[in-house]
Amino acid sequence: MSRIDDAFASLKERGEKGLVVYLTAGDPNAAASLSYLRAAADGGADFLEVGIPFSDPMADGPTIEAASRRALDRGMTMGRALAMVRELRKTHSLPVVLFGYYNPFFRYGIPRFCRDAKAAGADGVLVVDLPYEESAEMAPAVRKAGMDWIPLASPTSGPGRIRRAVDSGSGFLYLISVTGITGARTSLPPEASAWTRAVKGRSRLPVAVGFGISTPAMARSAARFADAAVVGSACVKIVEKHGASRTGPEALRRFVRSLKKELR
Amino acid sequence: MLRNIKYNMPNHVGHFGPFGGRYVAETLMAALIELEAAYKKASSDRKFAKMLSGLLRNYAGRPTPMDFARRLSEKGKGAKIFLKREDLAHTGSHKINNTLGQGLLADRMGKRRIIAETGAGQHGVATATVCAKLGIECAVYMGSEDIRRQELNVFRMRLLGSEVIPVESGSKTLKDAMNEALRDWVTNVRTTYYLIGSTAGPHPYPVMVRDFQSVIGKEAMRQYRSVEGGLPSAVVACVGGGSNAMGIFTPFIPRKKVRLVGVEAAGHGLSSGRHGATLCRGRVGVLHGSKSFVIQDGDGQIREAHSISAGLDYPGVGPEHAFLKTSGRAEYVAVTDEQALEGFDLLSRYEGILPALESSHAVAHGIRLARGMRRSQSIVINVSGRGDKDIAILSERMGGGRVAD
Repeated sequence: MSRIDDAFASLKERGEKGLVVYLTAGDPNAAASLSYLRAAADGGADFLEVGIPFSDPMADGPTIEAASRRALDRGMTMGRALAMVRELRKTHSLPVVLFGYYNPFFRYGIPRFCRDAKAAGADGVLVVDLPYEESAEMAPAVRKAGMDWIPLASPTSGPGRIRRAVDSGSGFLYLISVTGITGARTSLPPEASAWTRAVKGRSRLPVAVGFGISTPAMARSAARFADAAVVGSACVKIVEKHGASRTGPEALRRFVRSLKKELR
Repeated sequence: MLRNIKYNMPNHVGHFGPFGGRYVAETLMAALIELEAAYKKASSDRKFAKMLSGLLRNYAGRPTPMDFARRLSEKGKGAKIFLKREDLAHTGSHKINNTLGQGLLADRMGKRRIIAETGAGQHGVATATVCAKLGIECAVYMGSEDIRRQELNVFRMRLLGSEVIPVESGSKTLKDAMNEALRDWVTNVRTTYYLIGSTAGPHPYPVMVRDFQSVIGKEAMRQYRSVEGGLPSAVVACVGGGSNAMGIFTPFIPRKKVRLVGVEAAGHGLSSGRHGATLCRGRVGVLHGSKSFVIQDGDGQIREAHSISAGLDYPGVGPEHAFLKTSGRAEYVAVTDEQALEGFDLLSRYEGILPALESSHAVAHGIRLARGMRRSQSIVINVSGRGDKDIAILSERMGGGRVAD
């Protein structure tokens, strides 16, 4: 059982839905970014998704693209992001998933990444642009290192692709709620819940729904037929607004608490 | 004597050896699989082939001529120089070959909206043209820096009824336009056809674009044979993403005695850090859906490319070029902004042809190459497009005068 498996098992025991909070590593700088991650954990996030910034985040909307830019401008790298996870581990034990685009992982070197990420205390890895067909160059190494390989399913994936995604991964299935890019939306399309229910029925892995969820009420309705909700851009917007100021982490903690309240 | 080789790339999942593939978000996978199936079906359909060849002939003006550059050859005192005149194709460049093919495919697939990215604007114009011809809605993403540099083409696209969407992110050039087009596609994937203009991107784009462009090489081979007999010693083309070069190279790949020379943009110089020479100076990486050479830093972040020509200003390159380079079948060199301007000047004044600044890179290197060869030898340079679009940049650079003597 991985730390991610344990976390889903204990959520189930408590009759709760999980909350995954996404933040970009190094936004707005390394020190403040660590404070925000800790604040999210303290606010009640069950999982942290730590984004490795990339210069060309093609699946992301303007909010996360700008966060990546801020982080890169302040010198964030794969090595420094892993150092942040190692620091976080000194105070918090919740599962951490590293999220990113393939090229920074590829340049860092897959064997080296697996060794360093595991040593830093990461639990799972999700690479947006490495679909099932190309995942053989990374997924087996990640799993062999003792981390979960988080697969993705989208509204355009048919049943066959979803089955293969689930079979190729572990930890949980990240379900993209809408066709499109990341970014806070004011509502999810009505078909999203039917689609979530259909996928949940086919998945032996817990299902976390993401993309577009920006309010506690949306988190609750998105998680209704799933096991967890992912909130990204709405959290990143708080970082964007407060930057490195002392009030920022507290504002994020309060927002995360309001999200989690709706998932209990 | 070198023997002919068998060449059958890519494999069934779009890999050219270690390059190529489909590194995209899950949401796009279904669309790429649908596209691959539709393309496969179309390419074995005689009706489709007939429709395309009819349009290429009657609408695009093919075959384009191959011209002997007499004065340029005499000046160099080396190999004879032949020019493949893609600048004479409808819309002023080779881009129309691919947009007609993909446009017909989109139509067959029932897609009523086409999006495209463009750098120099030539692919944008060719896409807008085909959309007007076929009655399909068209939106073209273009970096705001390129919009500034290529005003004429922006105006042409608008005249053709297409929407031009400025992209303000990153370096505001082709790479960023492609990011934005991919974002549009991932959002509107069920109704929209993404018409990529280069041999880059995820499978099946590199194959499909190469196939549609290979009409250039097929014609060139036939035309050369009928004028000179046999095969040329070398074929020279500029490489940004690599579509015109793949187009003219492809039929020659199995003919191993023909040197294939790709010319990249050295910008301010290869050691200046401001260039677009992806194959000469980049390292292996993944950008825009395929594995190839990429201009990047040690952390895998993509760096901005630079070239005087907007079409070569791209930090990636098609995966098949990466394969041809590492397998040794093709060679890649780079030419600076200044040298390209000299190439432009020479072709203009010795042959009466104003080439695009992209094509001027091939011209500049081709002239140099021919000079070092024997008079009994000959080379073919692909003049991929015409230079009218570059008039503003040229007059800025030349101050109204001549660049070189």
